[in-house]
Amino acid sequence: MYVAVKGGARAIENAHAWLAEERRGDPGVAELSVAQIRGQLTLAVDRVMAEGSLYDPDLAALAIKQARGDLIEAIFLIRAYRTTLPRLGATLPVDTGAMACDRRISATFKDLPGGQVLGPTFDYTHRLLDFKLAAEAAQPEAERAAPDLRPKPRVTEFLNQEGLIQDEAKAEDAPPDLTRAPLEFPACRALRQQALTRGDEGFVLGMAYSTQRGYGRNHAFVGELRIGTCSVEMEIPELGFAVEIGEVEVTECETVNQFAGSKTEPAQFTRGYGLVFGHGERKAISMALVDRALRWRELGEDDTGAPAQDEEFVLQHADNIQATGFLEHIKLPHYVDFQSEIELVRKLRAAAGEAPDD
Amino acid sequence: MTDGMQDYNFAYLDEETKRMIRRALLKALAIPGYQVPFASREMPMPYGWGTGGVQVTAACLVPEDRLKVIDQGADDTTNAVSIRGFFARTAGVATTERTAEATLIQTRHRIPETPLREGQILVYQVPIPEPLRFLEPRETETRRMHALEDYGLMHVKLYEDIARHGAISTSYAYPVKVAGRYVMDPSPIPKFDNPKLESPAIQLFGAGREQRIYAVPPYTRVVSLDFEDHPFEASKPDHPCALCGATDSYLDEVITDDTGARMFVCSDTDYCAGRRAEGAA
Amino acid sequence: METQPLGGGFSDPPMDSARAFRAALEAMARPGTIRRIEGARAPAPLSSAAATLLLMLCDGGTPLHLAPGHDGADVRAWVTFHTGAPLVGRGAARFAVGGWPALGALDEYAQGTADYPDRSATLIVECAALRPEGARLTGPGIRDATHLSLPGIAGFRSNAARFPLGLDFFFTAGAQLAALPRTTQVEAG
Repeated sequence: MYVAVKGGARAIENAHAWLAEERRGDPGVAELSVAQIRGQLTLAVDRVMAEGSLYDPDLAALAIKQARGDLIEAIFLIRAYRTTLPRLGATLPVDTGAMACDRRISATFKDLPGGQVLGPTFDYTHRLLDFKLAAEAAQPEAERAAPDLRPKPRVTEFLNQEGLIQDEAKAEDAPPDLTRAPLEFPACRALRQQALTRGDEGFVLGMAYSTQRGYGRNHAFVGELRIGTCSVEMEIPELGFAVEIGEVEVTECETVNQFAGSKTEPAQFTRGYGLVFGHGERKAISMALVDRALRWRELGEDDTGAPAQDEEFVLQHADNIQATGFLEHIKLPHYVDFQSEIELVRKLRAAAGEAPDD
Repeated sequence: MTDGMQDYNFAYLDEETKRMIRRALLKALAIPGYQVPFASREMPMPYGWGTGGVQVTAACLVPEDRLKVIDQGADDTTNAVSIRGFFARTAGVATTERTAEATLIQTRHRIPETPLREGQILVYQVPIPEPLRFLEPRETETRRMHALEDYGLMHVKLYEDIARHGAISTSYAYPVKVAGRYVMDPSPIPKFDNPKLESPAIQLFGAGREQRIYAVPPYTRVVSLDFEDHPFEASKPDHPCALCGATDSYLDEVITDDTGARMFVCSDTDYCAGRRAEGAA
Repeated sequence: METQPLGGGFSDPPMDSARAFRAALEAMARPGTIRRIEGARAPAPLSSAAATLLLMLCDGGTPLHLAPGHDGADVRAWVTFHTGAPLVGRGAARFAVGGWPALGALDEYAQGTADYPDRSATLIVECAALRPEGARLTGPGIRDATHLSLPGIAGFRSNAARFPLGLDFFFTAGAQLAALPRTTQVEAG
């Protein structure tokens, strides 16, 4: 006699125990510490902070460890934790112009005030596997120079002095908060940028790439890319002035885009903007390209029907936590819906006189 | 699993979030079938796994509640077990598998066979709340259609089904019109369950990823869309349950051996167990 | 009755607000039925039912209108301390509380929009008492018909005629609570 499958609770417990063992791996090999992940897998930590929308390298490192290195799973852990945190207040906008830069490059000018600073980049490495790392040999220390304290004004400001680039008006209102209000269309630029900065790196990269290949092309140059630390300040009502409460590392990219003018705007350069937590230049550049593509309406450009111009498409599908959850939910049982489909197909086939012998 | 849940608020969500959800729920009841946008929070379970239902349940639970959670009609499916455990831990509420004893039931894809009564709340997990979504992917467009009560697209779709197949080829998540105004997705319940949408209980629908909450108040008219010459039919497999003999319940088809032999059993495990305990079949 | 602006809040906010919400949910789902809601005490003339609703629903994100008669220094101080809700005029209010005539012209409150009919105000109407008699109510949430001692008829009828736009109402008296959503049809009883 048939007995329905039971024991969901025990199956879950056993699965969790097995998962914990798999995470630990071979107990004969030393366990990874959170400090090691934080200190040595920094770009993974940075991505988890950026897409998790929470600046805390220790928690991000812990999440990566718990997630067995699955960064989307780690981002999910951070998001779920973030949502439980009380909101104590809002900081002042971060001044990236005053950033202490580790890296600062411009593709539009050969030299510029503040200089080109290459910083710790993969850009000119030859992608050859370094077997010395497998041998865990000691790393020679990099040569040190005196800190570069020259001010580094933004490249786009030079163009702005000549009126060659579109001016960005300062918004007066507090920007909406994607994490506290439901997404609504049409979305303002601040909302779009929030969605992009926490959007999936691969998705935003793919969208940006599509604009380069002609789907909503906007001729972007990297006007400036800078990575470094910015101080975070908060107004304390009791004190009546702002105090520095810490600093964050961010990557900022401003693109300069060719623009022939439209019915409503004169010929001038336009901008795309990307900003992410940590060292994430691929993401920051991608974000700037997509940000620019989404500005077609405001600049009086044509909607060419390109995916990257479609804010509903981009914003609704950029979030990897939403996407992975919904994608993976098709693993859950669907036998009730499936049963209703089976029955319908049988009925339609019977009606068509094609019913198999039963 | 280690606990650590004692650091979280009653029913997990913070009070500000619950207030936001509660305000949305009250408006949802006041505008039956209309999808109220809400600032869905990230939950400790994945989007698509019931985060909307979980948030609605968290906002509704009181310590005196007796909670039942089902998935595909069954209390012991893994996701139902997981969600029931979550609330037992974070809200300390009593749980039950008996429909009749429950004060709040969270469900995925089914309405229990045992008729619901006043004093009960049924919370649905909803994947895609917009009934027009697969006809028109754009939110701005579907919002306008609801505003204008322009449901022509849906009728065209259903009519094309009939023209092509001789029948409406929607077998679950079958669209309904609520209180004569809004067309609503009843979540992916089989259309067999649609008549039960007219109920003495309060029905609340939560879509977390899509950030929507909607509701059907008790004793509210819920009409499955159809045509005069092709009236709606709440169909199910034409078999009795192999375990309890019920002929009035929705059935799962179970493959019992590798030659394709199969049997049909109640999808509502509580209903089936109750009938067998009473000595049916 | 509470006389101190810092007193009268929920003694156990998560539990008190959960129970208060269930009462409000049942009230809105079953228009015209009368139930108890309690947990908060506020300065006069705010009833404990209205005070409980405010604590359960309002915060810094929900502009609140205090109608004349309820708009006194004590109530303002209490509401501000316990909820942080900005106090505003009728047009900007998500919630409003006061006596029936004092709440003023209904069409001065936000009615929602065709795209977002939920963006309308909810009015908390303070009454002397609530009784299951008087106006006859029908519509969603009501099996056959129910009766409630409404403070008027015409205003609620024209509100219902705006559906799906329109206001939604709670009625409060002492610890009594009832509700009337925009879907309810009102006739003289």
